[in-house]
Amino acid sequence: MNQDENKEGIGGMANPTRYGIERVAYWLMRLSGLGLLAYFVAHIYETSNILRGQVGWDELMEMTSTTEGHAILAIVIGMCVFHTVNGVRVMLGHGGVGVGKPARPDYPYVSASQNYRHKIGIYSAIVLAAFAMMYGLAVMFGE
Amino acid sequence: MAQVSSIADEQTSTPLSSSKSITLRISRYNPKHDDSSIFMEFTVPYEKWTTVLDTILEVKKYFDHSVAVRYSCRQASCGSCGMMINGKPRLACFTKISELNSNVITVEPMKNFPIIRDLAVKFERLFDSHHKIKPYLIRDDTELESDAKEFLQTPKEVEQYIQFANCIKCGLCNSACPTMATDSSFVGPQALAQAYRYVADSRDKGKDSRLKIIDESHGIWRCHFAGSCSQVCPKGVDPAMGIQLLRGYLLGFRS
Amino acid sequence: MRESTIMKIHYGTAIAAVALVAVHILMRLTQGFAESLEYESVLANYKFVPYAIMLELILILLSIHGFNGLRVVLLELKQGRIYEKAVSYGCLAAMIGLIAYGSRTIIVTNMGMI
Repeated sequence: MNQDENKEGIGGMANPTRYGIERVAYWLMRLSGLGLLAYFVAHIYETSNILRGQVGWDELMEMTSTTEGHAILAIVIGMCVFHTVNGVRVMLGHGGVGVGKPARPDYPYVSASQNYRHKIGIYSAIVLAAFAMMYGLAVMFGE
Repeated sequence: MAQVSSIADEQTSTPLSSSKSITLRISRYNPKHDDSSIFMEFTVPYEKWTTVLDTILEVKKYFDHSVAVRYSCRQASCGSCGMMINGKPRLACFTKISELNSNVITVEPMKNFPIIRDLAVKFERLFDSHHKIKPYLIRDDTELESDAKEFLQTPKEVEQYIQFANCIKCGLCNSACPTMATDSSFVGPQALAQAYRYVADSRDKGKDSRLKIIDESHGIWRCHFAGSCSQVCPKGVDPAMGIQLLRGYLLGFRS
Repeated sequence: MRESTIMKIHYGTAIAAVALVAVHILMRLTQGFAESLEYESVLANYKFVPYAIMLELILILLSIHGFNGLRVVLLELKQGRIYEKAVSYGCLAAMIGLIAYGSRTIIVTNMGMI
């Protein structure tokens, strides 16, 4: 934190509490985005093992087809689904869709942009991610 | 280091029938000679109508008059008394003690604003950002003709921007914004909302120049619709709505 | 490049990648998860030209989207002319590097040069 500017710093950016579900969604979007990027780089690297033929590929499968590997993949599935569904919601919001219409404000000044449409979108993203994770775990551990 | 002080019975301005009191923790910091802030605690009585600003002024009156705090209208019109109250940016005059549901009230200077002293912060960055987006009507006509009348607007045209004109420049939105927490160059929700206020005004012809100003790497694109600005705005400006509507112009959703 | 153009690309790559990644994941599920990951099965996928093209597209789209996202996160964390240029060009280089590395895998495998 820069003391001169009194910025909250990463702690402020990373703290998802205090401001409602929309702030939580922002935080999860960041986390899932960075997590997915890390997985993507690792995935490109690990799948390049195919160039080492059957031996290389089997080694890779041995390393990844473990309980830990499946657990990581399940988390990746959850991150992917959340990032996608919430991403669509955010993109629509960025275009001004579903953020409400300007109107003369009256006390108690409820913000039209923090409406049920976007809240439902966020909760849907979380629920769908959970279902996708459960399905993924069922497929991976069910075999 | 904290000191706990109680008000002397004969000095309080609050009737003694009030048996309720809270502990007010005030952040004290003078950048000129302090390395870091400390909290000083004061026990202050309150009634159901007592605001945080009232308690701070009680402290100034009876305990420590050196507490630096900015305030003016005491009715959420001027935007002077913005501060962090129990971790959230609020106007001290507009926040009742009773609504906080806590026996301990912590007040700190607003985040993302440089501190002058204690609870008073500098607003230069907010004013600079606001000035950057050209907060005035831009017209094509260079001279007004002698028989020119006022620029007429229908009530519907006024409704397009009036809520954003309610902005009192309190800075709570900039304090709550997660991007402002780390990005020193970000324009901020206050300036972006004001940019929309003028773009949406039917009298204004400066849309293209304003869109050009905010279309930069630390402009409108660093807003991620976290909505914290709208959560804390005390005047119903809803900056998040303004910013997304403004972005709609850049993305082609609106023309 | 203007920031609005970069962000339009960011959104466009996201939408396009969603559809293609869905196909990629469905391929693992329709065959049976474990069977679809066997060497011969994966090799057959790479040798099937439309699928190889789809993988290449996913690689390009997600590299652009992912590294632009990283660029945005890093730019918000710290500011300064030199730092910002380093982040922008660094992310661009990483993007190109990953695309090149992944493309090598796809092309070499598709052409049967293993």
